[in-house]
Amino acid sequence: MSEEDDIILADLSDEELVEQMMDDLYDGLKEEIEESVNILLERGWTPYDILTKALVAGMTIVGHDFRDGILFVPEVLLAANAMKGGMFILKPLLVETGAPRMGKMVIGTVKGDIHDIGKNLVAMMMEGAGFEVVDLGINNSVESYLDALEKEQPDILGMSALLTTTMPYMKVVIDTLIAQKKRDDYIVLVGGAPLNEEFGRAIGADAYCRDAAVAVETAKEFVQRKHNQMAAG
Amino acid sequence: MSNAFTELLAQRDWLLADGATGTNLFNMGLASGDAPELWNVDAQDKILTLYRNAVEAGSDLFLTNTFGGNASRLKLHDAQSRVHELNKAGAELGREIADKSGRRVIVAGSVGPTGDIMAPMGSLTHELAVEMFHEQAEGLKAGGADVLWVETISAPEEYKAAAEAAALAGMPWCGTMSFDTAGRTMMGVTSAAMSQMVHKLKHKPLAFGANCGVGASDLLRTVLGFVEADSELPIIAKGNAGIPKYHDGHIHYDGTPALMADYAVLARDCGARIIGGCCGTMPNHLRAMREALETRAPGPRPSLEAITQALGGFSSAVDGTEEGGDTTARAARTSGRRRRSDA
Repeated sequence: MSEEDDIILADLSDEELVEQMMDDLYDGLKEEIEESVNILLERGWTPYDILTKALVAGMTIVGHDFRDGILFVPEVLLAANAMKGGMFILKPLLVETGAPRMGKMVIGTVKGDIHDIGKNLVAMMMEGAGFEVVDLGINNSVESYLDALEKEQPDILGMSALLTTTMPYMKVVIDTLIAQKKRDDYIVLVGGAPLNEEFGRAIGADAYCRDAAVAVETAKEFVQRKHNQMAAG
Repeated sequence: MSNAFTELLAQRDWLLADGATGTNLFNMGLASGDAPELWNVDAQDKILTLYRNAVEAGSDLFLTNTFGGNASRLKLHDAQSRVHELNKAGAELGREIADKSGRRVIVAGSVGPTGDIMAPMGSLTHELAVEMFHEQAEGLKAGGADVLWVETISAPEEYKAAAEAAALAGMPWCGTMSFDTAGRTMMGVTSAAMSQMVHKLKHKPLAFGANCGVGASDLLRTVLGFVEADSELPIIAKGNAGIPKYHDGHIHYDGTPALMADYAVLARDCGARIIGGCCGTMPNHLRAMREALETRAPGPRPSLEAITQALGGFSSAVDGTEEGGDTTARAARTSGRRRRSDA
C-alpha cells in the first residue's frame, strides 16, 4: 500500500481526481473528500458539477453496493459522513449560485413507532444524493406530517415504520391526504422492515422502497417524472 | 457453574423456547407505540397470561416482557428512571408462572438492543452500553430470572457490551442476533462471523444463535452457517412465523402452525438445540412445534434446497458465508486505489 499512500490529490487531473473522490467516498474518507472538493472549486468547477459529477455519482456507487448486499450500514454511515463533509463546503455556494435543486423530502417515522435507524439511513442517503431533507423524527401523527408538508412544500413525503402494528398508520396519513385533495401534490414513498411492495400498493403509496438505496433511486425517478409532466403540462 | 438452564439442557436433546411477545400483547390490546414493559406493573394479569400461554403450549423456556427495558428505549416513554423496577417486575411475574408450572421451566430475562448506533459511527459508547445493559441485568436478576436472554442484536459491539454487562451482574446469559439484511445482520455480520466473535468472548454465552430476521427459511440458513463454523456452544433458533402480510387494515404473519412445526423439526436437524419462534408465533404455533419435536424422528442435516422446499425461498441468493463472500466484492472496487486508510 506504500505507493498508493503517496497520491497527492492536487497532482491528479480532473478526471483522476473525480475517480479518486468516488473511491474516497466509498472508503468514507472525509478529510480527503473535503480536500478534493476545495481543489475542484479552485480549478473553477461549479459547485453543482462537483455535487453531481463527483459526490452524488460516488454515493450512487455506495448505494448500489448497499442495495446489493456488498456494503452494510457501518460503511454507508462512514460514506455519508464523508459526503456530509463535502456538502458542508458546497451548500452555501450552491445557494449563492442558484444551482438547480434535486428535490426536497419530508421524512418521519409514523405514530406509535420509535424506530429510526432505517429512516435515518434514508435521510442520509437522500442528502447524499443531493436532496434537501427535513427529518421529522419518530412518532409522527397525521397532523405532524400535514403541518410539515404545508410548511416545507416538499416534492416527496417519506414514511417509515418498523413494526407490523404501526404500518397501517401510513394508510391513515395517505387517506387524510386524499380526503383533503392533497394526495397528488406529493410523491409518497414508504419503507420499513416489515413492509413490501404489495403493502405499498394496498395503502396507496407511490412506491415501497426496500432500503435506503432503493429509496434514492425511486425518489430520483419520480422527481424526474414529475418534472417531465410539468414540462409537458 | 451449574444453573437451571444448563441442567435442563443437559437432560434434553432440545428445548422449546417461546414465541412472540409483541404480537401476543398487541392482541391483548397494547396500543402501538406504548411501552410493553409498563404492563409489568400496570397490567400484570395480561403479562401473566402471556407467560402462562407459552408454558401451557409446551415451552420449556420463555422470555420476560423486558425487551425494550433499557434506559435508552424507556427514555422514549419518559420511563428511563424505572429500568430496575420494570425489569424486576417482569422477571418476578415470570418466576411466578414458572414455579407454578409443575415442571422445570426457565425464565429468560429478555434484553433487546438499545436502538442506538454505537461509536464511532453513532453516539453510543461502549461504556454507556455496558452500563445500560448492566442496569437492566441487575433488575432481571433481582426478579429471579434464570438466565439473561440478549436478542435481536445487529452490531457486534453491542453484543460484546451485553456480554460484559452479564459478567458484571454475575449472570449466565444467551445471546442471539437478527440476520435480516441479505442473510447478515443490519451491520453486515455473517453467521460465521458471529460464531467466531462469540467463541472469542471472555464471558461466553451458554448458547447463541439467531432470532427474528426475515422468514423461517432464512433463519435456518443462518443456523447452518453457525454449524459450518464449528460452533462448540448450543445453538438457538427463534424464527418469525413467516412473513408479515397486510389484509384489510391488519397485519398477520403468513406462517401456519403446520409450517412452524416443519421449521422446528428442520431447525433441530440443522443442529439447533433451543428452538422457538419470534414475531407472529402464537400459542397454537408453539403447540404444533412441540408436538412435531416430540413425535417426529430426527433426520439428517437438511440441504438448503430441502429448507426452501419445506419453508419457502430465501430473501437473498447468498448470505456472505459463501467462498470469498466477505471480501471479493469490496476488494474488486478498492483494489489498487485505496489510500491512507491502511496507513
